[in-house]
Amino acid sequence: MSALSNSNWDRRNVLRAAMGLAAAGGLTACGGNTGRSSGGGSGDSLVQYFHAYGEAGTEQAIKKYAKAYKGANVTTQWITGSNFEQKLFAALLTKNAPDVFEFHPQIQLIKSGQVADLTDIIAPVKDDFNQADITSHTVDGKIYGVRMIDDPQFFFYRPSLFAKAKVEVPTTLEELIEVSAKLKTSKIKGAYLGNDLTPIQNNLIWSAGADTLTADNKPAFNTDGVAEGLKQLRTLFTSGNLLLGAPTDWWDPSAFTQGLTAIQWCGMWAMPAMIEALGDDIGIFPFPKVGSAGKQSVTNGGWSMFVNAKGKNVEAAKEYVKWLWIDQKQYQEDWATSYGFHIPPRTSIAQSATKLKTGLPAEGVKLFNEFGHFDNIGWTQAMIASVNDVMANSVRKDDDPKAQLDACEKKVDTELKKLFG
Amino acid sequence: MSTTTTRGVAQPAPAKVSKDRPRRGLRASSTFNFWLFTGPFLIGLIVFVFVPIGWSIYLSFFEARFTVTPSDFVGFENYKQVLTDVDFLNSLVTFTVFAAFIVPATWALSLGLALLVNRLRFMRAFFRSVFFLPTAVSYVAASLIWKMSIFNGVRFGLANTVIGWFGVDNIAWLASPDPPWYWLVIVTVRLWLQSGFYMILFIAALQNIPRELYEAASIDGAKPGWQTFRYITLPQLRATSTAVILLLLVAAYQAFDEFFNLLSKATWGQPPLVELYKMALGENQNYGAGSAGAVVLTMLICVVTLLQGKIMGFGRGEEGK
Repeated sequence: MSALSNSNWDRRNVLRAAMGLAAAGGLTACGGNTGRSSGGGSGDSLVQYFHAYGEAGTEQAIKKYAKAYKGANVTTQWITGSNFEQKLFAALLTKNAPDVFEFHPQIQLIKSGQVADLTDIIAPVKDDFNQADITSHTVDGKIYGVRMIDDPQFFFYRPSLFAKAKVEVPTTLEELIEVSAKLKTSKIKGAYLGNDLTPIQNNLIWSAGADTLTADNKPAFNTDGVAEGLKQLRTLFTSGNLLLGAPTDWWDPSAFTQGLTAIQWCGMWAMPAMIEALGDDIGIFPFPKVGSAGKQSVTNGGWSMFVNAKGKNVEAAKEYVKWLWIDQKQYQEDWATSYGFHIPPRTSIAQSATKLKTGLPAEGVKLFNEFGHFDNIGWTQAMIASVNDVMANSVRKDDDPKAQLDACEKKVDTELKKLFG
Repeated sequence: MSTTTTRGVAQPAPAKVSKDRPRRGLRASSTFNFWLFTGPFLIGLIVFVFVPIGWSIYLSFFEARFTVTPSDFVGFENYKQVLTDVDFLNSLVTFTVFAAFIVPATWALSLGLALLVNRLRFMRAFFRSVFFLPTAVSYVAASLIWKMSIFNGVRFGLANTVIGWFGVDNIAWLASPDPPWYWLVIVTVRLWLQSGFYMILFIAALQNIPRELYEAASIDGAKPGWQTFRYITLPQLRATSTAVILLLLVAAYQAFDEFFNLLSKATWGQPPLVELYKMALGENQNYGAGSAGAVVLTMLICVVTLLQGKIMGFGRGEEGK
């Protein structure tokens, strides 16, 4: 008889062993990956949230900067998917909320006490920042975030295709619609404004001579000019000349570089990839004006670093943000120009960034300065979502634009009352 | 001669009762064993189901924007908001349209597949696996494949390539609600994902139908095919069909992943869970209204399920037929 059969593995022992394993498994799960470093380095443990950038090398770069910091163990959560905002908002309510996170300046984060006042760390270098960025992060004289990058967004086009179709760069929305029709062939669509058209919604407002909010935070987007622009966009949407349902969305240059469209709305970050694919056959132009009272516009998007005011390590997090996004100028320039192209919000870094001084990037900087509109801290995610609905209903669906704008204004007004009383 | 004789067959030995160590106390009691096995699951149920439900009901009576520990009691205000919210009411219409198609379509397809696979004389296991395999695919992954590879709007999407062979121009399947091509995308992805699972249930039920019934019918002159299917197979599958329809209906109520991933930033084709997600976990972060909507939806599911069970006789068993 084998030794194995002499063992006492009766049902009871098996049950005990299984229960022991289950308990051990449970305990292991309790100590599982919370996203925080388990130690091994010096100082506090910090967690930072980043949305997944499309440019190759960005995740590695952020992790490299974090590793170089000696004051704390910084763990990076690289959030993939298209709903970074929702994931961030939900995480901020939990004990596993990030200590440091990137986002856009929005007043509800300040009103709900979610983000820490960073005035003291920015004050010594405040004058070196783009003053529009400082303004967009300031509430009641306090600065709540450090801008990392400015991201101008405009139209990219193929000059060779324009020459072939014998068309000029459009300066009005009507012209854009006409040009798109002439550029369309059996292989290529005229223009691409994103799969759901929402990336250009603010530009439609600005180019129609309106604004999202007034200076005293009242709705300013519900105008006849904007309604007219929505009607014109509907014409473009149904023309068959617009690229719809592309496999990659507007922020990725693939639709443009793969020859699916002659014009694409995108950001300056995509320039290196476009230049690599198309060489010199790229031009840029701002969102054309809408109606006679309008003016061309460029979105000056971007990302900023915030410190979770309800986190356990607020001071350590502020120290880290100061170290990386204020003191480490070489990392800031690397982040802004080594992967995609972005404009550094620090004037001194922007001036020394040689990659932005010539060619297409320099043109991008010019449009940024001439036509750019910066973040409005009072224009919150809920308000953005309300205008998303206007785009969906009046352009993609065919509801009355004015009625949609009226409904949107009511929602925005309710939001504003909650925020400002 | 009896056919049930047990002569020559070894009988099981009677259970050995130990006289030395009589079991006593808690360890011997069936109550202990009950708690031993159900306790961990009960704890999980309480922590992960009942507490969140209770907390959700609590939140539904408070103004809870950007917080889950609110202090501003608003009574039924959130319920009033949800029940007058056009988007939420539209989501119930979306669900009704979706359920009205997906439930019978999945039932018919899975039953059809089961009948086909069950009649196979060779490679039955292979085809059973082929049809069952999509069940293992995540809804998110499948939705992205459908959206980016099969039903994208460009010339090299699979669907557009196929219709292109017949001279039809590219269609942007998901971009516009007019015409509502998005339903084709949503329905096909769900049919592909879930039919295999229900096919397995039907195969099991088909194999439980006594052969004698078919033999008796044959002797009585019933023709094989539609006649036996209608008068023998279908009635014999009644219990399974009822359970399948119930499961399909609940699954339709729970629809989220494919709608969320296929119709981003659309205002149409939003089922209740997507609408509640937007309300509570989207840009508005309104946990009070979202919780009120969840309570309303839960009650609605309970009512519909009970009604459906009553109409179709779920749980009545054989004697109830």
